[in-house]
Amino acid sequence: MKLFDTFKNGIGKENPVFIQLLGMCPTLAVTTTATDGMAMGLATTSVLLGSNLVISLFRKVIPDKIRIPAFIVVIATFVTLIGMFMHAYAMSLYKSLGLFIPLIVVNCLILGRAESFASNNKPVKALADGLGMGIGFTLALTILGIVREVLGAGSVFGFELFGEAFKPAIVMILPPGAFLALGVLLGIINWIGQKKANNA
Amino acid sequence: MEILKIAISAMLVNNFVLSRFLGICPFLGVSKKVETASGMGMAVAFVMTLASVITYIVQYAVLEPLGLAYLQTIAFILVIASLVQFVEMFIKKSSPSLYEALGVYLPLITTNCAVLGLTILNIQEEFNLIETIAHGIFASIGFSLAIILFAGIRERLAIADVPKSLEGAPIALITAGLMSIAFLGFAGLV
Repeated sequence: MKLFDTFKNGIGKENPVFIQLLGMCPTLAVTTTATDGMAMGLATTSVLLGSNLVISLFRKVIPDKIRIPAFIVVIATFVTLIGMFMHAYAMSLYKSLGLFIPLIVVNCLILGRAESFASNNKPVKALADGLGMGIGFTLALTILGIVREVLGAGSVFGFELFGEAFKPAIVMILPPGAFLALGVLLGIINWIGQKKANNA
Repeated sequence: MEILKIAISAMLVNNFVLSRFLGICPFLGVSKKVETASGMGMAVAFVMTLASVITYIVQYAVLEPLGLAYLQTIAFILVIASLVQFVEMFIKKSSPSLYEALGVYLPLITTNCAVLGLTILNIQEEFNLIETIAHGIFASIGFSLAIILFAGIRERLAIADVPKSLEGAPIALITAGLMSIAFLGFAGLV
């Protein structure tokens, strides 16, 4: 049961985007469509699983003093692998995510999990944590992507929703829309949280 | 002319923070006071300019001749991490007062995506050495401009009457959104 709790933590209570505000750059940059958001989330999840596993396996070998550079090398290796994989099998995604694929290396979420969880927990637990955090991140990016795509382009995952007469708010798929959408979403989540706290 | 175009583009039109979304973490994290924001801006400017020169040399003198271009991400992040460490040690020895001012922000810069993003962009755009340096300098001016302006607004926000559920991060993000709209006005300048 403990393992499941670790997994669940990342999705709800400690959601990396909505609660911890980690990994903001990709969250804001690649959520112009739901598909891109989801792809970014999945790529980050795979890197997180790999790095959590390797770092947890080597946690007793890596000297404490150089642990951060060691973690970064492990993460960068997985990011390079994912980048090459996407280049080979998903060219259109590789193009639309562009610069943000190599930048997964500096996603604070991944280094944060390596430092605070994987480096002092057993591999199985670290994997559960990575999976939970990854899915939480993917969910958040997909939700933000859906909101922006519906408002900014009138479609979801590329499917038209409203027909010809609908005039989309272009600003939502431009950079300001990312800040506004995430700000309002966070506000709504806070509001729900406060309501719950008041009722309890 | 080319340099002027790069300068305006990096500083205003494609502002690193407000339109490219690079360096959001420090932008949201250390922008509560104008003083700390300008400290962060200076530290980043320093590292960004040095990093663009060094990664340029690494890319064209080491990685490409050896056919190792696929190691770009790993090589660059290591260069940046060691550069940050080196800069920290150097400033500590040579100017303790500057170290006092920048101290806390320096280690944070390693995971600032603006630095890695800048160095990768330099290579992607195929800039030559002078253009690379100009891009580094003006991109970091753009970063500092955004973070200092934002800190100024947030100092006012701290005493404003904000709805309870929007306090903290949500209102900060909405403010950044409005700033970003303002910066959209520069589109078409280049």
